[in-house]
Amino acid sequence: MSATGLQELEQPPPGMSSRLEGELLEVSMGPQHPSTHGVFRMNVALDGEIVRKLKPVFGYLHRNHEKIGENASYLGSMPYTDRLDYFCSMTNNWAYALSVEKLAGIEVPERAEYLRIILAELTRLQNHASLLGFLLSDMGAWGTPLMYAFREREKILDLFESLSGSRMMCDYMRFGGCRVDASAEWLARAQQIVDRFPRFLDEFEELILQNEIVISRTQNVGKLSAELAISAGITGPMLRASGVNYDIRKVDRYGFYPRFKFRIPLGDHGDTYDRLMMRALEMRESIEILKQALPQIPDGPIVNPKVKVRAFRPPVGEAYGRIEAPKGELGFYLISDGGPNPYRYRVRPPSFINLTILEDLCLGHTVADVMVILGSVDIVMGEVDR
Amino acid sequence: METLEQIKNRAELAVPGARIEVIANPGPSKQSSFLLDNEHAVAVAKFLRDHPVLRFDFCSNVTAVDWLDRTIKKTVKVKQVVDGIEKEVDQITEEKIPGYLEVVYHLYSIKHKDGPLVIRMRTANRMAGAPLPSLTPIWRSAEFQEREAFDLYGIEFDGHPDLRRILMWDEFTDHPMRKDYREPDDYDWEPTPHDAVLEKAKKHYPSRPELDGAEKITANPQ
Amino acid sequence: MSGIDDGLRSELQRQGIWVTSMQELYNWGRKNSIWPLQFGLACCAIEMIATAASRYDLARFGGEVFRPSPRQADLMIVAGTVTKKMAPQIVRLYNQMPDPKYVISMGACAISGGPFKQGYNVLKGIDRYIPVDVYIPGCPPRPEALLHAFMELQRKIDSQKLGGADKAAFLKPEQPSEFPVPAFGEHDLVPSANPSVFRPPMIERQG
Repeated sequence: MSATGLQELEQPPPGMSSRLEGELLEVSMGPQHPSTHGVFRMNVALDGEIVRKLKPVFGYLHRNHEKIGENASYLGSMPYTDRLDYFCSMTNNWAYALSVEKLAGIEVPERAEYLRIILAELTRLQNHASLLGFLLSDMGAWGTPLMYAFREREKILDLFESLSGSRMMCDYMRFGGCRVDASAEWLARAQQIVDRFPRFLDEFEELILQNEIVISRTQNVGKLSAELAISAGITGPMLRASGVNYDIRKVDRYGFYPRFKFRIPLGDHGDTYDRLMMRALEMRESIEILKQALPQIPDGPIVNPKVKVRAFRPPVGEAYGRIEAPKGELGFYLISDGGPNPYRYRVRPPSFINLTILEDLCLGHTVADVMVILGSVDIVMGEVDR
Repeated sequence: METLEQIKNRAELAVPGARIEVIANPGPSKQSSFLLDNEHAVAVAKFLRDHPVLRFDFCSNVTAVDWLDRTIKKTVKVKQVVDGIEKEVDQITEEKIPGYLEVVYHLYSIKHKDGPLVIRMRTANRMAGAPLPSLTPIWRSAEFQEREAFDLYGIEFDGHPDLRRILMWDEFTDHPMRKDYREPDDYDWEPTPHDAVLEKAKKHYPSRPELDGAEKITANPQ
Repeated sequence: MSGIDDGLRSELQRQGIWVTSMQELYNWGRKNSIWPLQFGLACCAIEMIATAASRYDLARFGGEVFRPSPRQADLMIVAGTVTKKMAPQIVRLYNQMPDPKYVISMGACAISGGPFKQGYNVLKGIDRYIPVDVYIPGCPPRPEALLHAFMELQRKIDSQKLGGADKAAFLKPEQPSEFPVPAFGEHDLVPSANPSVFRPPMIERQG
């Protein structure tokens, strides 16, 4: 097998007769590429413009996060989880804190759970908005929708900064709660942003999702069937776009999500347009959750006082904890041997596993569709390569 | 979800010859797991996926773990004759467990919305190229994750459609996540080394044992 | 700008006569229209995009047009962790950029490996293989820090001389503008650093 993993096809697939005899053109798209998905490379074999084989190559951002996790203490790994999916540092922190809390049997007070949900839903808002912006600039919109999305993202990042001290790498969750309490003024500002967000969503959806070019480039492109999605371990909006009703917030009932009423949007066709619609509809549902959570947040402590910060040694055992991150199911598998460092620290990255079926989605489409499909998968290389 | 004992009985009935062991999880998370034997693992996995009551159709996570040779000390109460009187005395026995590589699969059921069911497979030893059956034909999500286990640990999966390195470059020969991997030495420029990094940087700087690790470090030489 | 007294220059300007020199004009044109290479590796790339977005507008400094092709760019902002797998590609991209070219090393990872320093796949700083002009510390550095670095680079370009003994490096024929690309070895990159580029200082430690 060659280093690229591409093998020669002996016959064209049925239904595609090539009247001209020729060779397949092997193109390496990436790792330096105008589309802003990070250092990701695809070895594509093209017959003219049609994709015949596609093999993703990654590892260009492999920073051995798991090895660092074995050498650092449990709390010492928390800042590294920020840098996994660098758009959504709050949800990464929550997934890790949840796994350690499962491992050590720690309870979380009410106010901390509410804060976690509020921050996770704010993260989901800015992640989905940025994704739509990036996808549109891949399609050739030259960055204008991205400017709109980043305008809203900056407002949410201001909230994160005033709460945790940093725009992107927040390092906010702790085992048994949160690091810093949110003042009443911060909650009022968050309420203001949530009240004004639907107006931005209306404008954004009208510009993007009802745009003729977007519709013709994304409908019936990259169809993913439900059986393939389940077998390939796809999670998140991609799975729900194929019609599978599986949202970890409803299934695992972690945090205080069962207290809030929100719907799960499902797609009918599983194509790229459905995946875009999923993100737009999920943003609306996040607004619903925030509208319920922000007024209801109770007073109280934000961290469990019984948890030791120094010399934190969970009992011997193992645990797998997962949450519904904006990109899919983010899970952490930890094996503890009773010491201050985990014996095995494993991240279950949603973007990595969602790339399993990239070849299946792109076969038979043109090169231009490949970028659109890749954009709708929503990958972040920090998570794919860890 | 049914209890592990019930699932184990079902599986052993359906796949004759399968040996499934329940490994208890001592911690608070209570996620105990099955240890499958390597010959029948694929058949048991297929049964777990296809049986209508279980329907574990979603493989969420595939993890490889490297266990070095361990000695476990156990205290056992033994009857001994001490000064003519028979007493119960604590005797510490050591059990040597040779090292192995292990692959852990976390399974969920999307149909019945339950889980996780944890299954494990172990290799016989820690030699490079240790073989294990691949569960990619059963759950496609294992495809990239098993490639990663091959790349970083050196476990070879029989039956994997495309087993090659995924995160490191192809010419790389080591398996970095193993516990006995030593990283290459490029610590020649360290402005403020301390602890483990200081040990590695000392090879490149002339050693000054009375100063290295000392509290007072000034920037201006005299 | 020798030979013309500053007082005379401002007097002439008040009369509507603008006096300059070839060097000043050349540098002024270059520093106000820097075309960065659209090259983001990791988290710092997001802050780079935020700098180019509407709040911390990079366009008002002239850096609006992010070129995807290195043949058309003159600034490479290495934003994010440089891994050993990616390092040969980065050196190749640098080689493909035409002179005069500049490199900004953004973020702790590109300066020296950053928080991921103890990594088998992490290159401990991009300045092991290519020369760097401006370093920006931070993890990630704020967009204002990137703007500050951009202005520092503009000041550096302004101070580059076109003639004389201390003229700018890219005008000297013996200065290399392409650097050897490292190869993938069995355990590490071969060579692990470029000795003509990477000359780390020795720190004196005194009691």
